Amino acid sequence: MSSISCSNLCKYYQQGDAVIKGLDHVSLEIEQGSFICLSGPSGSGKTTLLNCIGGLDSLDSGEISIDGERVDLLGKAALADLRLFRIGFVFQAYNLIPVLSARENVEFVMQVQGVGATERNKRSSKILEEVGLKGMEDRRPAQLSGGQQQRVAVARAIVSQPKLVLADEPTANLDSASMEKLMEYFRNLNRVHKVTFLMATHDQRVMQWADRRIVMVDGAVVSDEVQ
Amino acid sequence: MVLPLKPVSVLAWRNLWRNYRRTLIMLLAITLGVWAMIFMTSLLRGMVDDMVRQGIAALPGHVQVHAAAYRDDPSVTHSLPAPGNQLLAVLNGGQVAAWSSRVRVPAMISSEYENRGVTLLGVDPEGELALGFKDSDIVEGRFLNASDDRGIVIGRKLLQRLETRLGKRVVLMSQDPDNTIADGGFRIAGVFKAELESREEGYVYAGRDVVQAMLGIGSDVSEIAVLGQDYQAPETLTATIRDVVTEDLEVLSWLELDPYLATMMRVMNGFVLVWMVVIFLALSFGLVNTLMMAVFERVREIGLMQALGMRPAAIVYQILVESLMLLALGLVAGNLLAIGTVMPLKDGIDVSAVSQGLEMMGASSVLYPVLLWPDLLLANIVVIVLGMMTSLLPAWRASQYRPVEALSRT
Repeated sequence: MSSISCSNLCKYYQQGDAVIKGLDHVSLEIEQGSFICLSGPSGSGKTTLLNCIGGLDSLDSGEISIDGERVDLLGKAALADLRLFRIGFVFQAYNLIPVLSARENVEFVMQVQGVGATERNKRSSKILEEVGLKGMEDRRPAQLSGGQQQRVAVARAIVSQPKLVLADEPTANLDSASMEKLMEYFRNLNRVHKVTFLMATHDQRVMQWADRRIVMVDGAVVSDEVQ
Repeated sequence: MVLPLKPVSVLAWRNLWRNYRRTLIMLLAITLGVWAMIFMTSLLRGMVDDMVRQGIAALPGHVQVHAAAYRDDPSVTHSLPAPGNQLLAVLNGGQVAAWSSRVRVPAMISSEYENRGVTLLGVDPEGELALGFKDSDIVEGRFLNASDDRGIVIGRKLLQRLETRLGKRVVLMSQDPDNTIADGGFRIAGVFKAELESREEGYVYAGRDVVQAMLGIGSDVSEIAVLGQDYQAPETLTATIRDVVTEDLEVLSWLELDPYLATMMRVMNGFVLVWMVVIFLALSFGLVNTLMMAVFERVREIGLMQALGMRPAAIVYQILVESLMLLALGLVAGNLLAIGTVMPLKDGIDVSAVSQGLEMMGASSVLYPVLLWPDLLLANIVVIVLGMMTSLLPAWRASQYRPVEALSRT
């Protein structure tokens, strides 16, 4: 069964008299446990595709299903629940909550899910250690570097053990060593726990880790290759 | 799914202090608003309470019994007999705190220099003291010793007007039931003070037996004044007395005897509520502005929380909790400030500078703030309920952002 099914997705933006193609008749089948890179120039529609699959943005036309459930037909509350329990997001800008510490940011999703304090603490300690932030748990985002904030954002995305991770430039601001370590970690999650990864990136090093590389230009898929 | 109370509450509390200057200014505004609601209400309550107290003291009593025509023509011709056994049983029963029968007629008092029109009260001193006249109100001399005391007690102001002094003789003149002049000479035995100058100038106390003898009315009296247990609810006592007197007598509570005061008391609760709501309306603009600013500044975060799976209802809840925390802090500070300013004033505020104006309203020159717990509760409820209602708009706005648009805000 496909993890994600996208059929004829269209999303257009009006900019003055011009129509910008965010998504132009995009159709994709993504199997559960895939490790996929989306690449393409800026404005090619990578982020728009991730946002539409995650229910953050609406489509003009087309259908998206995750595990057979039509995402494009869900209401606000159902979409929130979908994101809360089944999808982990890593955003282009780290998007941490500034009034919460690194640990609290990581635990936030679990808190909203209703995970108990002991379990939360255990999971957040483990994941913060794994992303190399041990000893920085109580720091607020403003006290962390860009790379450290990105790692907190990654930890937050995967700590609640989602089945799908949508990552927009997850390695931006990371040095090579940190990037390698993070990709190893993602790959391990993908292999061991069958977590599906869909990552938008410009980074050639990241693309080398992917099983499948999808290239987008002007909102359309121009290349879809299994590596 | 249940609302994530704890993380949302933690976020709300921390967000409150992100812009602490703005929060402190808003807190100050809420504190002052709550203080104004409670403090001004206590002054208003005190003034109305004083007006009612003065009004009842002037009547006196919570219930009065008269001859039916007495109120239209308060002359000696409209007297009533001393209370019979049935009435006495009620008057000496548990519903009554004190009572006294009095002669009350218009009269003229003359000193060697001046004369004035007054209300002559023929009283039983013991009953009068029980009805509320205080020994401490006597500023010179003494109060009457007994119903057959031949002295009189006049007000401080009247003493000045008559250009006389304690111990001097004055002449009191009125009409007997045959409409002929009835007069008598009296020595001034005491001088009383009152919180209203009009009482000091307009009332003269003499022994009841002496006045009855002067007017030739035997044991008849003008009125029976009865003090119940609660001035706010005299209706039951009025009905009980009405049941045991003859139909030619009129039994009226102070609410009927002084409808102006009764109306004042009745509209007071409504007025307090209106006053509190008006203050809150002024306050609400600041509250809405603060919350709107807080929401606009955090659009991106609100989008993030939605993207992470927080439902719109939880976003509304978070903004409301933030508002509730702000209101609760303001309420605590406002209540403490109000109690802290009312309590030291419990011995009264001297407002003699505007005493003439107050006297026209029937209030005295010392204002005693009255802090009622229901008023305190009402102020708190008004602030919380209207505050939450006011916060719904910014909270709803926050919940309606589309995550993708909110996240793209800088």
